[in-house]
Amino acid sequence: MMAAGTAVKPMSAEAAEDLSAQEFVRVVEAHRPQIFRFLLSSTRDVDLAETLTQECFLKAHRNWAGFRGESTAMTWLMRIAINLQKDHWRNRRMQFWRHTRTNSVDLDEASDWLPSGERSVEQQLLAKEQVKRVWKAVEDLSERQRTIFLLRYVEEQDLGEIAQATGLSEGTVKAHLSRALHKVRAEVGGWR
Amino acid sequence: MRIGIDESGRTGFDGEMTDAKLEQVLGNFKASADAWSEAAYSRPRTVAVVKHWSWRAAAGWALGCVVVAGSLTGGMHERNLNKEHVRTLAAQRALQQQVAAEQKSTSEDADLLAAVDTDVSQEVPRAMEPLAQLMDEDTIR
Repeated sequence: MMAAGTAVKPMSAEAAEDLSAQEFVRVVEAHRPQIFRFLLSSTRDVDLAETLTQECFLKAHRNWAGFRGESTAMTWLMRIAINLQKDHWRNRRMQFWRHTRTNSVDLDEASDWLPSGERSVEQQLLAKEQVKRVWKAVEDLSERQRTIFLLRYVEEQDLGEIAQATGLSEGTVKAHLSRALHKVRAEVGGWR
Repeated sequence: MRIGIDESGRTGFDGEMTDAKLEQVLGNFKASADAWSEAAYSRPRTVAVVKHWSWRAAAGWALGCVVVAGSLTGGMHERNLNKEHVRTLAAQRALQQQVAAEQKSTSEDADLLAAVDTDVSQEVPRAMEPLAQLMDEDTIR
């Protein structure tokens, strides 16, 4: 609370700009790993995920002044990342890469990253095979289902956040998630 | 334990339920994605050193280009001027030759007329010879 009669010095445009830049740096530091993780699990390609992450923050920087805080910074960034990813797959040249998958790691390599924990060797092998099955199921999902599934089960976002990030209604998100989960369950269950 | 998605999107809805086994598998899937992402994110990156041109080098190149372009343009301009000069000289020479030829032809005509005056006009036709002799006698007297 300000004391009566205290003169308030208006913030100069430069100071406001500095403050905004500092805030943006904080947002980048806080959310970059998450955006990268989402893009990596979506593409299974480290280089591509890095490139798209860079593009995402570049785009965010350009539009930072227009960010009104109607959603959280994370949701806003995720929306940009989803759109970039979508544009990327729509790109004709990149369609080729999607079909050949030459740049993305294979399912074995992706499932190699499972922490061993306190499991026995047998349990580790079983868990690795199951994770590989999930990656396979995720690969076969439609673009929208995959995005929703990853946001829910890797990024642990709730339906409202996913709806905001994807621009879909919560009902639609629920339906897509249900179908995605059904396919994953079939893939994992089919193997058991 | 049976899990799914609830109101907040965390657990259970409409019979689309996952069992404990699936929950565990999905947990492992997340753990693998986390570990992979963390490793990829913090991996050492090789940064290609791009040699940036200094402004001096750029200015040097720009100046060099201007000089070369200037020389080429100047050379071409001079060549064009020379061509023009040669063309003008040739035209002048042709004009002079034409004038000389005309003068020559005029003087030849004059000579011819003079010859006609002296030789032809003073020659007396044969029929007029007696008169011409009389004139000569009168002149003697």
